[in-house]
Amino acid sequence: MITKPRATVLICSSTGCLASGSAGVYEAMSAEVQRRGLEDEIKVVIGGCRGFCAMGPVLDIYPGGIFYVRIQPADVSEIVEETLVKGRIVERLCYKDPTTQEVIPIFDKIPFYAKQERLVLRNCGRLNPNRIEEYIAFGGYEALAHALLAMTPEEIIRDIKASGLRGRGGAGFPTGRKWEATRKAEGDIKYVVVNGDEGDPGAFMDRSTMEADPHSVLEGLTIGAYAVGAHQGYIYVRDEYPLAVRNLHIAIDQAREYGLLGENILDSGFDFDVQIMRGAGAFVCGESSALMQSLEGTVGEPRPKHIHATERGLWDRPTCLNNVKSWATIPHIINNGPEWFRRMGTEGSPGTMVFSLVGKVNNTGLVEVPMGISLRDLIYDIGGGVLNGKQFKAVQTGGPSGGCLPAELLHLPVDFDRLTEAGSMMGSGGMVVMDEDTCMVDVARYFLDFLKEESCGKCVACREGIRRMLEVLTDITEGQGTMADIEQLETLAWTVQQTSLCQLGKSAPNPVLSTLRYFHDEYVAHVEEKRCPGGVCRALITYSIDPEKCPGCMLCARKCPQTAISGERKQPHVIDAELCIRCGICRDLCRFDAIVVV
Amino acid sequence: MPRITSLQDLHKLRAELRDEIVQRYDVGTTLVVGMGTCGIAAGARETLRALSDELARCDIAAHLTIGGCIGTCDYEPLVTVHCTDAPPVMYANVTADKVPELVKKHLQQGKVIQKWVVPGS
Repeated sequence: MITKPRATVLICSSTGCLASGSAGVYEAMSAEVQRRGLEDEIKVVIGGCRGFCAMGPVLDIYPGGIFYVRIQPADVSEIVEETLVKGRIVERLCYKDPTTQEVIPIFDKIPFYAKQERLVLRNCGRLNPNRIEEYIAFGGYEALAHALLAMTPEEIIRDIKASGLRGRGGAGFPTGRKWEATRKAEGDIKYVVVNGDEGDPGAFMDRSTMEADPHSVLEGLTIGAYAVGAHQGYIYVRDEYPLAVRNLHIAIDQAREYGLLGENILDSGFDFDVQIMRGAGAFVCGESSALMQSLEGTVGEPRPKHIHATERGLWDRPTCLNNVKSWATIPHIINNGPEWFRRMGTEGSPGTMVFSLVGKVNNTGLVEVPMGISLRDLIYDIGGGVLNGKQFKAVQTGGPSGGCLPAELLHLPVDFDRLTEAGSMMGSGGMVVMDEDTCMVDVARYFLDFLKEESCGKCVACREGIRRMLEVLTDITEGQGTMADIEQLETLAWTVQQTSLCQLGKSAPNPVLSTLRYFHDEYVAHVEEKRCPGGVCRALITYSIDPEKCPGCMLCARKCPQTAISGERKQPHVIDAELCIRCGICRDLCRFDAIVVV
Repeated sequence: MPRITSLQDLHKLRAELRDEIVQRYDVGTTLVVGMGTCGIAAGARETLRALSDELARCDIAAHLTIGGCIGTCDYEPLVTVHCTDAPPVMYANVTADKVPELVKKHLQQGKVIQKWVVPGS
């Protein structure tokens, strides 16, 4: 019998890794450790999201921080035998740098992590989200205790204002000012709300934070409630996030048991409790006023903002609503002070921002960096550059209603103001990298197709305007566009932007306007030359085979669903353009790069 | 579980819980026990156990890990002490009975026990 365990194995059990099979890895690891009689020496723990979901399932072994990727249950006995019993690294399970092929066994040394500055995501992956004890051991609830026992609400608001923290949901409104307005609003009953209705396709930082570090959200929320004078809080989470809902429930129960939620928290005399509300998945419910309507049980539609939610929000009471990441940042500011926070990021946008870096980039996942980092550093240094060595074409920031920025703007520092100036936005931190094979007109069409479904229909301009823009864009991608259509698009986009009530409508034209601004020549190519430079729009492209490169392997001919490809073995093949439906299967299959798309 | 009612409560609880997560921090000191077949045959498993007990008894924050065979099987069980402010020291033939002295002299008093050091290491 050994007094203390000598090693800890943390197995990520967040949604990404669960989907790639981490539950099986956890079971296999527990069984193997038990089979070898090592359960006193080695602790197997459920961990949270590391943000490196493309590499899942992942696990960490401490001490040392050895990081294994793409683990399957069959790998477990080797990990136990080699690493946990003999102290050797299993190289084949380590992360390999995609460009240098260097094996990097230690988590902190992987470039994807080494260049990040983790604040909101600090605990994600290093503790078990279902044990409040681990959160406390890592310093959790210190900020709450300090705030409740040693600070007045006014002092807290002063610090949050001084920190310069701006709402991490995307709008970037100064959090401290929002708190102050709620504090000063008249009324005995006030509310605090967590916006966990993350709806941008491909964005998952709020989900990961709620799943992997739910107590940080609760702690920040409770501090906020004390500061603004609320005794009831709501966490609005979309129902598509079952694990986040579950982990939050567990966290709330544990916090209540320790007296960190409920009546007379920490014997300070302050009462506060939290309820979780599950959203039904409408994109518009991420908009704060629509969210509050939905919380009240009515249809989620935005309302005019001339009356601020801080005066009359939920049930017409003063309400302070912030994004998951904003709340999770609060404990750090209380613990370290506003000056410390201001040292990170830029003058206008202090602190860090979490991005979900996806698309045609080598390293996809969650990335937390100081505000003001350039797009180039983000995409090349952390993201590892464009996939398969292709040319970079654009990056879309801010989710479906963000704008697409071209290579000329890669030097742009990422903060709230600079992105807005460039015709895009911070949004909730989505970042989609696009390569040379992307058609920008098609991208605009794709996002409007998403937004068309999600417009709540309250404002005519948004409801009808998005639909009309989509029709025009579809015409252009099908080769039926005219130059007048492009002008019409600009007028429509401007009208929707100016006459919609909420940010969904106001920002919906962004994909159109930014692609018109930076990729105007692609629109012209579609309209005047009936040509798609990205080789995407099916009506405007033809597939052919380069006879110089085709060795006649017959693979494409066998797989073509239209049997449009013919040719003799070891002779160059040809594609019948009449039969070809431009599905692209032959291009994906060809190992000789012989399929030409023009 | 008891309610936390003060900052002192919270700090006390945190101190009690520290063991649970201490491995996930860099604590500055790591002891590596050679656990190749040769090491195990020479009694490295008993050494490991004794080290674990002794570190807990003396309340020393040091990581205890294992390593493979480095080819000097005669010297097993081998224990290498890594501290941030000094080069690593490799001790030969550290059987379980030598553990208390090693912990006391090297880790508590900061003195290298020269006579046990692997020659030429």
